[in-house]
Amino acid sequence: MSTLLDIKDLHLGFKGLSGLNKVLHGISLSIEQGERVALVGESGSGKSVTARIVLGLLQETRSARISGEVTFDGNDITAMRPKMRASLRGTDMSMIFQDPTSSLNPSFTIGRQFAEVLRRRDVSLSDQDCTERATKMLEEVSIPDPVRVLNAYAFQLSGGMNQRVMIAMALANRPKLLLADEPGTALDVSVQAQTLSLMRNLVADHGTAVLFISHNLGVVREFADRVYVIYRGNIVEDGPTQALFSNPRHAYTRALMSAVPRITGAGLPEVPEVSEDFLAPQISHGSTI
Amino acid sequence: MSLLSLKHLTKTFESAAGPVHAVRDVSLDVAQGECLAIVGESGSGKTTLANMILGILGQTSGEVIFNGSLLSAKRTPDQRRNIQLVQQNPLSSLNPKRSVGASVRLGLDTYRIGEKAERWQTVENALEAVGLPAEMRKRAPAALSGGQRQRVGIARALACEPELLVLDEPTSALDVLVQARVLRLLNELRAERGLTYVFITHDLAVVRNIADRVAVFQNGQLVESGTTEQIFTQPKDKYTRNLIGAVPVVDLDEMALRDKLAETT
Repeated sequence: MSTLLDIKDLHLGFKGLSGLNKVLHGISLSIEQGERVALVGESGSGKSVTARIVLGLLQETRSARISGEVTFDGNDITAMRPKMRASLRGTDMSMIFQDPTSSLNPSFTIGRQFAEVLRRRDVSLSDQDCTERATKMLEEVSIPDPVRVLNAYAFQLSGGMNQRVMIAMALANRPKLLLADEPGTALDVSVQAQTLSLMRNLVADHGTAVLFISHNLGVVREFADRVYVIYRGNIVEDGPTQALFSNPRHAYTRALMSAVPRITGAGLPEVPEVSEDFLAPQISHGSTI
Repeated sequence: MSLLSLKHLTKTFESAAGPVHAVRDVSLDVAQGECLAIVGESGSGKTTLANMILGILGQTSGEVIFNGSLLSAKRTPDQRRNIQLVQQNPLSSLNPKRSVGASVRLGLDTYRIGEKAERWQTVENALEAVGLPAEMRKRAPAALSGGQRQRVGIARALACEPELLVLDEPTSALDVLVQARVLRLLNELRAERGLTYVFITHDLAVVRNIADRVAVFQNGQLVESGTTEQIFTQPKDKYTRNLIGAVPVVDLDEMALRDKLAETT
């Protein structure tokens, strides 16, 4: 396997009225081709901004100060011209957001939005080609009646259905990397479980690498090959999923794990908001899977 | 005696495509001091049921009995004060143009609780009771974090001194660490004040750690109800087992429980 995404010593700050507000303090993270990696942390820990840097979106924000290396498929994203970065989005990398219904455009049909996605890769596609390929993709995400869905608007479909449409669109152009930012958090637990297993099977079939962002360690346990835990802009622990879950060594990882409510009814832990231990240096379990 | 009693409660909405049966013939009792969880997927009728308990929606048929008296569609201010709601999304349920304190105070003014001159003090006490600093009353909701806003939502409801709190997905918009803190707070408040909760959620792991009894809903109907222990160790309905099976797990113990339930399906 070769490395698809390699982030080295990434720093991010936002310039504000009161000086530079530092958000990422030199994080390093890598994803192999076809590997599923989770980035887990609480709100404000820096997980979503990391995804936005990989997508090349934050680079367009004037107040953002970014340093470090982000290599995607052999090319340095931070050094790229904005136009080049834009051409990667929706083709070699794509993104799935938290709330599927609000990330689809309410005034166009699913079919029309699907065609737009497909034409990012190949502008010469005819309407009929688009419909055919979209139908095929919707069948892959187990949508029973693709023709009806293509002619519908997002608000006419359920949240779970929209989530599947988003997954189908995100994978339609065979991206090398899929960024999933808390997919399904806005949905029911049961629908979330269904869409996650569906997504897992699909990316495995397509050989797509995934950066999966979540605040819930429980959600990533069955999805990811490897996990990075992030706290206040620093990676605190990383390793293969099995190793990390069987032996979480960093105090913050343990706190995050204890906060997930158990169906066995272990009670609710007292989790301190800040603790010296949470700032302890990074612990790595190695990367052998 | 039960504090809240629902008898054959039914709600039917008329739509162009015909009648929609949101809640069908539901009978439930909630004892004083108890936490009853109402569980089900989106569209199962959980929120419609909550709205009928709160008197926001009138029922098509059936009865809502609170503290031994039958509640009509038109409720007295005191009846309304006594049943309070905590909503899912604290950002959209707080008025963005009001300070947090003004939102908490609104209930006090509406129901004329305490002397006018003492009401700001009551607001500050309510904020402190949910673990927020009293000075926070001057802040706008937008300046607060998600967890802080949800605490304000709880303080707002509690300032009205209700006996029953209806919590509609109070933690599903929060991250797991904040959720754990808010759930602990809710447990403490219930124990301290002898409150009664109707806790609506789709997350059975949360239910396991907060509820005494569970009622499972599907398509507006009560599928199964029992003590939390019963529901998690011997769920009778396949739907209940599926809901438990969908919960993301971190422990091997949990995986074992889930696999055991899957086998019996």
